[in-house]
Amino acid sequence: MATEMVPHTALTLVDQLPAFQILASFLAAPLIVVLGSRRLAWPIAFIASAMSLIVALMLLSQVMDGTVISYRMGGWAPPLGIEYRVDAANAFVLVLVSAISTLILPYARTSFGKEIPLRHHTAFYAAYLLCFSGLLGVTITGDAFNVFVFLEVSSLSTYVLIAMGAERDKRALTAAYDYLIMGTIGATFFVIGIGFLYMATGTLNMADIADRIVEQGGNRTIRAGFAFIVVGIGLKVAMYPLHRWLPNAYTYAPSAVTAFVAATSTKVAVYVLLRFIFSVFQPNFLFEFNTLEYIILPFALIAMFAASFVAIFQSDFKMMLAFSSIAQIGYILLGIAFLTETGVTAAVVHLFNHGITKAALFMAVGAYVFSANGSYYDTIQGLGRRMPLTSAAVVLAGFSLIGVPGTAGFVSKWVLVQAALEKGWWPVALLIVASSLLAVIYVWRVIEVLYLRATPQGCQVREAPASMLVPMWIAVLACIYFGLNTDLTIGAAETAARGLMSGSAGMR
Amino acid sequence: MQAFDWDFIVGHMNYWLFIVLMMTGFYIVVAKGNLVKKIVGLNIFQTAVFMLYISIGKVTGGTAPIFPLDMEVDPAVTYSNPLPHVLILTAIVVGVATTSLGLALIVRIREEYGTIEEDELLKIEKEIALQDIRQHSEVIGERG
Repeated sequence: MATEMVPHTALTLVDQLPAFQILASFLAAPLIVVLGSRRLAWPIAFIASAMSLIVALMLLSQVMDGTVISYRMGGWAPPLGIEYRVDAANAFVLVLVSAISTLILPYARTSFGKEIPLRHHTAFYAAYLLCFSGLLGVTITGDAFNVFVFLEVSSLSTYVLIAMGAERDKRALTAAYDYLIMGTIGATFFVIGIGFLYMATGTLNMADIADRIVEQGGNRTIRAGFAFIVVGIGLKVAMYPLHRWLPNAYTYAPSAVTAFVAATSTKVAVYVLLRFIFSVFQPNFLFEFNTLEYIILPFALIAMFAASFVAIFQSDFKMMLAFSSIAQIGYILLGIAFLTETGVTAAVVHLFNHGITKAALFMAVGAYVFSANGSYYDTIQGLGRRMPLTSAAVVLAGFSLIGVPGTAGFVSKWVLVQAALEKGWWPVALLIVASSLLAVIYVWRVIEVLYLRATPQGCQVREAPASMLVPMWIAVLACIYFGLNTDLTIGAAETAARGLMSGSAGMR
Repeated sequence: MQAFDWDFIVGHMNYWLFIVLMMTGFYIVVAKGNLVKKIVGLNIFQTAVFMLYISIGKVTGGTAPIFPLDMEVDPAVTYSNPLPHVLILTAIVVGVATTSLGLALIVRIREEYGTIEEDELLKIEKEIALQDIRQHSEVIGERG
């Protein structure tokens, strides 16, 4: 066989950025294990994460104007080779994931010190970096099967991270086991869906699949593939009623893990859902249109109410936030189900805003666990005076969770209500406001417990150390900054939504 | 149109078996209370998917996709599609990793709870939850 001679073109370092995005943390993880040094593990993890953040910011600045970067992994041209594809939608998610990770690592160092025995620390940072690089990989790749592989890299390490909470509460083990079973079923459904798409189109490159689906129109194989992919990713998103793994997994995982996983992994899964619904499949297919309007929309509304309602009656701060996460995912899915540009903009903005809000709140929970050794309401009652900085962070981030004007949560809910009114669905707009009122109740309960109750006698609780307070307050200030200055978030989200809504044309 | 298309049924044997295996595995995961049995069910479920992919790769009359040693490919020979096989190699590795992690978790659960039966685990967890509520519900209690 004659080998085709391809002229060698030298790539600059900037051209290699998409590969670098994954590699920094992917190579650092085995490095930590091989070195086996407890002292070096944290600095390596932090440097890898910070480098990823810088790369993600550089990529975002390149694609903000709507251009698309296509990177050929190993020099093999798509559709045969694996392609990494960066556009406004996933550059935005890359920045979110790597920023949260870089923020949480300094926090994690103090928090893990108390929650996880020292001998597990090196393995812990390796698993953390694998989870992190898996999430980045899912986001950046343009190859459908590659999504599955990275999804499993991140999921498997997430199960390990959650199970590490067993030192504090043995229920972490059963929570991790349940998540493993459900997550694997979800991932396997996703692979079956990709198998059906491969059957129908003979390709795995997402842009190529999209083109061929347009050519041949909808048929039963493609519809079966769509159904399997939506259910499979729905499990990872914790789409109501596939959310059962989430509350226990979030509650019993170590605090820093909860903060990282809650802020990133479901958000990345939402991004995959967006990518498949809008770029790979065409939203104007009747089948997909019906799925979104008659299945995802009602379930999103149920999630907003049912999960918020359950959150009100929790007696553990962390469990309450876990249920509130399910409700907030309902808002994001609602935005997607509108199938309009404003709706998708709302979904992408809320994905980002809810990510930083939940990161701040779960970091605050970790501070209570660190100082008061628990997050039950009776353990933290009256701590508003004992831990003023942490409690003030809870109040501000809680406002963002409700959607009080001036915070990030308000911006995304405003866009969401706008999207509902644009479609003329005013009852849905009313329901969004009504479910925010439920959020007022559960956030108020925490504020009441913190500030209006007497501190138990002989309470020796002190404020959490600065290494935990600084990352927490950066996240809180980000909630307020993105609530006042909306140019960056809404601008990037609008570019992303335009790219997604233009279907497969937006993929090149 | 024949009501009972024998050729169609036999010709798609792989796919029928895929459905049977997949549903068997899925049923075991949902219905069995023993944690190890659930992992076995998960394995059968994943194996079904391997079968689906390998079936996709088969080309009628195709032979194994291996280049001859002299690298002179005869255009008249039909080859099966090797790509799904390669994908499944990756999926098998993922499956092995999942199984080993699942079993490791079961070992830890056995150490902490002393059982790997789901109903007994639920009973223990319910008791822990009740204790938690008794210990921590003063905040709610005052309200009523």
